[in-house]
Amino acid sequence: MIRYIIRRLLVAVLLLAIISLVTFGIFFLLPKLAGQSTDDLAARYLGREVTPEGLAGVKAKLGLDDPFLVRYWEFVQGMFVGQEYKFGTSITECPAPCLGYSYRTNEPVFDLLLDRAPVTFSIALGAAVLWLLAGVTIGVISALKRGSVFDRASMSAALAGVSLPMFFTGLVSIWLICRQLKLLPTPRYHEFLDNPATWAQALILPWITLAFLYAAMYARLTRAGMLETMGEDYIRTARAKGLPERTVITRHGLRSALTPIITIFGLDIGLLLGGAVITETTFSFAGLGQLMLQGITRSDLPVALGVTMATGLFVIVANLVVDILYAVADPRVRLA
Amino acid sequence: MTAPIETTGSEAEAQPEAVLAGVERKAIQGRSLGQIAWLRLKRDKVAMAGGILVVLLILMAIVGPFLVGDPNEPHNNLIDPTLSRPKTGIMHSGISADHWFGVDLPAGRDMFSRIVNGAKYSLLISFLATMLAVVLGVFFGVIAGYFGGWVDTLIARAMDIFLAFPLLLFAIALVGVFPNSAFGLEGNGLRVAFLIFVIGFFSWPYIGRIIRGQTLSLREREFVDAARSMGARAPYILFRELLPNLWAPILVYATLMIPTNIIFEASLSFLGVGIIPPTPSWGGMLNEAKEVYEIAPHFMFFPGMAIFITVLAFNLFGDGLRDALDPRSSR
Repeated sequence: MIRYIIRRLLVAVLLLAIISLVTFGIFFLLPKLAGQSTDDLAARYLGREVTPEGLAGVKAKLGLDDPFLVRYWEFVQGMFVGQEYKFGTSITECPAPCLGYSYRTNEPVFDLLLDRAPVTFSIALGAAVLWLLAGVTIGVISALKRGSVFDRASMSAALAGVSLPMFFTGLVSIWLICRQLKLLPTPRYHEFLDNPATWAQALILPWITLAFLYAAMYARLTRAGMLETMGEDYIRTARAKGLPERTVITRHGLRSALTPIITIFGLDIGLLLGGAVITETTFSFAGLGQLMLQGITRSDLPVALGVTMATGLFVIVANLVVDILYAVADPRVRLA
Repeated sequence: MTAPIETTGSEAEAQPEAVLAGVERKAIQGRSLGQIAWLRLKRDKVAMAGGILVVLLILMAIVGPFLVGDPNEPHNNLIDPTLSRPKTGIMHSGISADHWFGVDLPAGRDMFSRIVNGAKYSLLISFLATMLAVVLGVFFGVIAGYFGGWVDTLIARAMDIFLAFPLLLFAIALVGVFPNSAFGLEGNGLRVAFLIFVIGFFSWPYIGRIIRGQTLSLREREFVDAARSMGARAPYILFRELLPNLWAPILVYATLMIPTNIIFEASLSFLGVGIIPPTPSWGGMLNEAKEVYEIAPHFMFFPGMAIFITVLAFNLFGDGLRDALDPRSSR
């Protein structure tokens, strides 16, 4: 077991290294392709007072003219030991998990990420609980009562669910529930620690909107998986042994039908933690996804880079957790 | 085939036999996989409705833009200057005989014309992006599945990495740092080409995985052994023996990929990094509507429904196609 975990960990670290290198490469090389010189980038950092000396200072300070691998190495170093931007007397400290320095706000990117993360995490985790419960339950019932009214109705709803873009359902739900029916105030994010009730109230609509889409996908997947598993020979054997139907369904059927669902869940939750961009934009919540969009529209590349890296990390960690859970649940995985 | 051995029999004797032979021939006549699938598909009313809708939408995207008016022509006279909403129509939408879907805000452009023109970009991008993904996915999937070994490991790992990438964020990032003119294209032409490339390039692993799995089981079959034993080389086996047996999954997953790509393109346009306004796109219209939907709900309703109906049509048709081509699939 320990060996399996170590092996998975090594793979995860390797993946992270590849993703960070590719991401960094794209952010480093594309501005050049776009015909932006390092002077343009430095000018952005300076703001209004652009002087040749200032430009040279910024370039030297941020190491903008250094070759690619040097910059990448410094970036990696920054993540572990922090970084110090130095030019003459002007010294900027970027403490340990340093993901770079925002051109625009003059803050370490890591602080910005910490600032925005609670919003995105609140949206993603709450919705995940909802969609996993709803999606899997509906999928299982549909599969067991195949062809019934419930099955037809829920599968039609699921098909509509996967065909509706989230930003449309989000806008319609605000319009209908907050404006026309006035059941809820317009969602505006509140800190959980300030007041959990207002926090939850503000998040109800984003949760439902996001969960609706994913629950629809998961219900379809679970139903297909359950139908396939319940047709297997070992299910017939389990029934023949005289096991109660409940046990057959949960212990034998659901257990193996859920395996692929959990894999996909790992990917989905990882991606969402890194920025529920569409949900955040629809409901105007200032989360990681919004930070990313701002980084792009204001050409604040270190910020965009930071969010992308963080997302890559979340996806890989989520996958790692899923892999380890598998190994706990199914001994065959460990030996493979 | 029941060819009469005796050719000297009388007319009266031969006739019943000939009739019988005709009946028999009809009954045992083999049907190709395609014919069987087509028969099944024809019986599936919902899938056929989806298919017909798809054809109509494609027609609309191709000929529509020539039939409707200029999507960017403002109708300021229809907008109430003080309340900044259309003066007429149900719920102040500006819906009239001239403007079937009303007019948008603040310029008062014809929504119907913008929806029809938006279909052109939506379908063009999603079709070409799907084609790119299918070509890449099939190519790498077949190679990985057929050759196995380190080639397979390399390609499968690459696909895992692609799937672990935050796709949407990445697409946004790429759009953000991409130049405004390249390859002799600029403005929207370049953006369309770029969107096709980004969407296609990042979605090939989905189909690649499926094709790889199918190839893995196909390469163990006797006909591949037979071809190999007759001295056929890898390219011949890959493209002449394996590929024809893969058309069913390719067709099904390509059909099911188009709606995903339509939503992807719409999402990027909604986030402001897709089609550049004022060129009409469904996602872009919803982005504009986001600011004013309280006073003009029709502005979000029509583009949203356009996306919904189009995506639903492709999904219905794709699901039906899968059921028709693979009878063991769950339904």
